[in-house]
Amino acid sequence: MRTIALRDALREALHEEMARDDSVFVIGEDVIAHGGPYTVTQGIVDKWPERIFETPIAEAGIVGLGVGAALAGMRPVVEIMYVDFITCAMDEVVNQAAKMRYMTGGQASVPIVIRLPCGPARLVAAQHSQIMESWFMHVPGLQVVAPSTPYDAKGLMKTAIRSPDPVAFFEYKALYVSEGEVPEEDYVIPFGKADIKREGEDATVVAIGGMVPRALEAGIALEDEGYDIEVVDPRTLAPLDMETICESVRRTGRVVVCEMDSSFAGTGAEIAAALAEQCFHDLRAPIVRVGSPHVPMPFAEELVNVTVPDAKAVANAVRKVMA
Amino acid sequence: MTLNAELSRRIYTDMWRIRLFEEEALRQTSLGSVKGTLHTYCGEEAIAVAVCAHLRDDDYVLGTHRSHGHCLAKGAPMDRMMAELFGRTTGSCRAKGGSMHIADFSRNILGANGIVAGGIGPGTGTALASKIRKSDQVSVVFFGDGAAARGPFHEGLLFGSLWKLPVIYVCENNGYQQWVPRRNVAVVDSVADMAASYAIPGVSVDGQDLEAVYGAAEEAVARARRGEGPTLIEARTYRFYGHSLGDMEEYRSREEVDDWRENRDPIKLFSAWMKERQWLGDDEDEAIQTEVKAEIVRSVTYAEESPLPSPEDVMTDVLDDEWRVSA
Repeated sequence: MRTIALRDALREALHEEMARDDSVFVIGEDVIAHGGPYTVTQGIVDKWPERIFETPIAEAGIVGLGVGAALAGMRPVVEIMYVDFITCAMDEVVNQAAKMRYMTGGQASVPIVIRLPCGPARLVAAQHSQIMESWFMHVPGLQVVAPSTPYDAKGLMKTAIRSPDPVAFFEYKALYVSEGEVPEEDYVIPFGKADIKREGEDATVVAIGGMVPRALEAGIALEDEGYDIEVVDPRTLAPLDMETICESVRRTGRVVVCEMDSSFAGTGAEIAAALAEQCFHDLRAPIVRVGSPHVPMPFAEELVNVTVPDAKAVANAVRKVMA
Repeated sequence: MTLNAELSRRIYTDMWRIRLFEEEALRQTSLGSVKGTLHTYCGEEAIAVAVCAHLRDDDYVLGTHRSHGHCLAKGAPMDRMMAELFGRTTGSCRAKGGSMHIADFSRNILGANGIVAGGIGPGTGTALASKIRKSDQVSVVFFGDGAAARGPFHEGLLFGSLWKLPVIYVCENNGYQQWVPRRNVAVVDSVADMAASYAIPGVSVDGQDLEAVYGAAEEAVARARRGEGPTLIEARTYRFYGHSLGDMEEYRSREEVDDWRENRDPIKLFSAWMKERQWLGDDEDEAIQTEVKAEIVRSVTYAEESPLPSPEDVMTDVLDDEWRVSA
């Protein structure tokens, strides 16, 4: 099978869905010029000039228009240049997009995809490096997606676009150029289905988004020490496939939960709490979480390196649950 | 369409439907049948009915926290609206929304909105959908003067103008932002003047004068349908009741309210305007009101006889549970 980068897989998903469905359109800052900063929207203007909208720098307007177009039956794919900027449109995401179906007793459908490039890359510090998945997980009515491979990115993006409900689609900037096998044909990945990225017997490592490659790297390093870890990638955080995670933990009896974001009140906290409720008696060691300390993202590389967890941090956590 | 006798009588009837619906809803809150809060439109009726008179069923309307009038004027069934206020499963939103989120998608009423200026972006977005689909549907967004202070107002107008979207922005300036007089917190008197910043027409009209609102809306809707872009209409008006239930109204005088009710009531003014033209006789006027009262009674009966929600209903309508992705 051919190998392409994650950003190419996203672009391919967009092109295929736009060809498939006239109601899909793209809206965001700089999405025509260069195809956006990440090139994900490249080539769309040549094929569908009437379905791509390059906007003023006005995130509340961008998402607000997306919500309205979605209410009218369109399928907007919104690009927010950095997830950090979505805070300028939180009313539109939380009060409008997410609640509309419920508030109207099921009359409204808001099929909007909000693409949220996230995570540290290129030392751009506190306002261009956040992740924020757990903020969105906490809002009923939102679906939260965080692919870690090009294969998952394409299949999940296609599902997101076809979904009748809003999707917050997290794209780890550091993974845009990571490569992997991606089929050329149409395929979708259902939401709420975790994927076991590496099978193992000794400990389960639940890794989210950008932490998946780091967990896999830790897995290789730990082989020398005789530890065979299983890496479970939830792929979607809402809905969250606790069934697959619990099934793995019941087999291994030990679990590390990894996220790149701050651990405090984070995604890992929810997974750890659910594990404590559902698998307590299967655990042979306390759950260990890996994540950033509760600080804004710093600038200097020396500080970033001690903030963002790496493969070594995952390996250390595994050693702790194995001890 | 020219404002003729028949259309005027229909519009006049709708004004009474809004007035009496809300006065009944207020009465029902004191009886305990309607819970939660209410933001009433009484005193502002001319605006919704005059604007919606120009709309087709497939045109979009987005509202505010004060939207009973917009919904009724756009054709939402009154019985289902009353049932929603009563918190019954037959309500417009199946008891999930209540007064502040009332919506009827069958009439393209995409919802009242509890967030000030919350409808402006989405209403510009429905207009964007019309443009992409090359449909001549227009969108109307109603909002209060308070919304003109918020970012989404400015961003929405910018997008609407930039892409010449078929949207009409209707500001119902009732002079108060909840309990604060507009003059204390605004730097321009007329919201219509703010249209200049976005290079769109801005028109200020007397919101108590049905004919004035009707004329401004006619031009704005026609302009939008022709694909020439948005218009901002400011309708200067007044709310007869407090901001919401329990408002002590310490920020305005009894005399001021009485003066508006006596001399600036849009229903009284339009009734007199029609009578001058021999378009409405006293008997007809009475018959209209009697008929509306009967409709109100029927809507209350409908609500009272409708079932309350069951505990399991709380979990439905968060997402489309039936949906499964397919390749």
